[in-house]
Amino acid sequence: MAGHNESILREPLITGKDITYAQITEEILSPVENKPNKAWWIGFILALCGATLWVVSVGYTFWFGIGSWGLNKTVGWAWDITGFVWWVGIGHAGTLISAVLLLFRQNWRNSINRSAEAMTIFAVICAATYVVSHMGRPWLAYWVLPLPNQFGSLWVNFNSPLVWDMFAISTYFSVSLLFWYTGLLPDIATIRDRATGVRKKIYTIFSFGWTGSVKTWQRFEAVSLILAGISTPLVLSVHTIVSMDFATSVIPGWHTTIFPPYFVAGAIFSGFAMVLTLLLVVRKVLGLENYITMFHIESMNKIIILTGSIVGVAYLTELFIAWYSGSQYELYAFQNRIAGPFAWSYWLMMTCNVISPQLLWFKKIRTNIAATWVLSIVVNIGMWFERFVIIVTSLHRDYLPSSWTMFSPTWVDVGVFVGSIGVFFTLFLLFLRVLPSIAIAEVKMILKSSSEQSKMKLIKEGNLDKEQVQEYIESLEKFDSVKQEEYAKI
Amino acid sequence: MSNIKYILGSFGDPDEMLTGIKKLQENNISIYDVYTPMPIHGIEAKLGVKRSRLDIAAFFFGITGTITMLTGVYLATVVDWPVNIGGKTHFALPDFIPITFELTILFCAFGLVGSYYASTHLFPGRAPRVMDLRATDDRFVIAIDAKQNTEHEKIDELLKGAGALEVKHNERKYISYE
Repeated sequence: MAGHNESILREPLITGKDITYAQITEEILSPVENKPNKAWWIGFILALCGATLWVVSVGYTFWFGIGSWGLNKTVGWAWDITGFVWWVGIGHAGTLISAVLLLFRQNWRNSINRSAEAMTIFAVICAATYVVSHMGRPWLAYWVLPLPNQFGSLWVNFNSPLVWDMFAISTYFSVSLLFWYTGLLPDIATIRDRATGVRKKIYTIFSFGWTGSVKTWQRFEAVSLILAGISTPLVLSVHTIVSMDFATSVIPGWHTTIFPPYFVAGAIFSGFAMVLTLLLVVRKVLGLENYITMFHIESMNKIIILTGSIVGVAYLTELFIAWYSGSQYELYAFQNRIAGPFAWSYWLMMTCNVISPQLLWFKKIRTNIAATWVLSIVVNIGMWFERFVIIVTSLHRDYLPSSWTMFSPTWVDVGVFVGSIGVFFTLFLLFLRVLPSIAIAEVKMILKSSSEQSKMKLIKEGNLDKEQVQEYIESLEKFDSVKQEEYAKI
Repeated sequence: MSNIKYILGSFGDPDEMLTGIKKLQENNISIYDVYTPMPIHGIEAKLGVKRSRLDIAAFFFGITGTITMLTGVYLATVVDWPVNIGGKTHFALPDFIPITFELTILFCAFGLVGSYYASTHLFPGRAPRVMDLRATDDRFVIAIDAKQNTEHEKIDELLKGAGALEVKHNERKYISYE
């Protein structure tokens, strides 16, 4: 870092003038060290209402059983597994941002990884609650673990993808938690050293005695890199295994080899959409426009176009293979999706996931905050419907036409789903209050190399290619946090 | 002799701190440790911090996970309770690759982070051994053992010359214990 200047062509990752290390600490910690504002309270109360709905709906399910859901003999999986896969998918962006982008040395991850990882953890918690509550007898949930038991040690079926899934999700959750918490240590220590009284005592316990000595930092970076290295295949394996829950079955519409890559792309797609949905609000409400800049937003939008298009190609490939395979059951499953009684959900999925994200090819749209926010929500809706289409439309027309049926959710189904969103936001809003939403240390690391002020200094020093400087200044036009007057003078 | 235990040079800029380290070392003054709010690449070599062996540890933890899972599944599906599924082999290895992979990652991650916490003495509730409270905020602090390096004035001069904003003479090692 010392004595190393980044190319002027690279857009700044921190905007603003005369930003100091102290200011970074101050600005990022301001929601943690001060009383929350009105926007936070409104959000929190709404989220809490949602969480209460979740408690009521899940409590109702536990008391009266799975019969309180809209499931029937033909459609044995519906909103529960749709919700589960949706949440697991959303949980993919955090690790993708923190691990894959670290391996690729993408410094723009530094200011979004913390909240994305938090989001991952909360999304996986929501997914896990679905797994437990759809079991019917949730108090026997530990039966999925290979534990010695009184049945002569009857083991779990290690050949079953549902058992693999248990291993994948629990490993993913615990490794993400470790990665997140280890990254939090230096920032918790920052809060500790600024706090007094009881707060200091609490943060002292959670900071694990972090001091920031040379050896701890050096080992910290080694650990981060290795964790990133092992989390990258892990994150890809998790949704691969989730897709195998379907792909290893013999249900037409599920039994396809394209599922693993298709699910992984879809997971990244929905994960980034959720990161955008959250961060666009967070940066505005917490005033973090200088750290989560237009460059971050545009980069995430580019990933959304890429993964959205992969998902689109997967949809079309699926369709083609349904015809080309010559399997009449497979073909019927897809004809039924396109034109059957649930066709509306298929076309909703197609519009939200394949057609509307293509708008992001226009620079005007992908650098427009309002448009991006709306599109990110559209993607989330589309991805929920993708799982609904895969699950319900494949099941509701069984092998025997006599068992054909429709699915409609009960209030409990809706309550569990809407409630899980409430649980997610409750956890996320609490996180914003007690922990820094941006990795302070990692943002400080790039202040001297990738900030707007360091680039400004380089420009003022001269010695740069005029055309490149011009191109750099033009690239700043889209930033809502950059003052253009400064550059007009140059 | 004075009661000063540690001399702290507090810098506002990482590059100035690097100059400080260089100057001190040129004058054969040993540095106790350096505390920074963010990782500074390249100082570990200057301060003689050895290469991390955590990667080797991580590998062995991972392998332990692999072996544990394969052994466990073998014991369950072949030795303890073999189930005949359409006459297929009891130890259906391809089926066990996903879970073996997951357990490898799980053991590797927990072993790695556990060794990291152990080797750097991090654990919940540990009393922080902090010499300067701003070292986790905006100051880059060089700590020098004042008993070993007795030319205090020279140290002050070198630190100030390198750009230290503040030089402290601490009579206690850790202020966080107060």
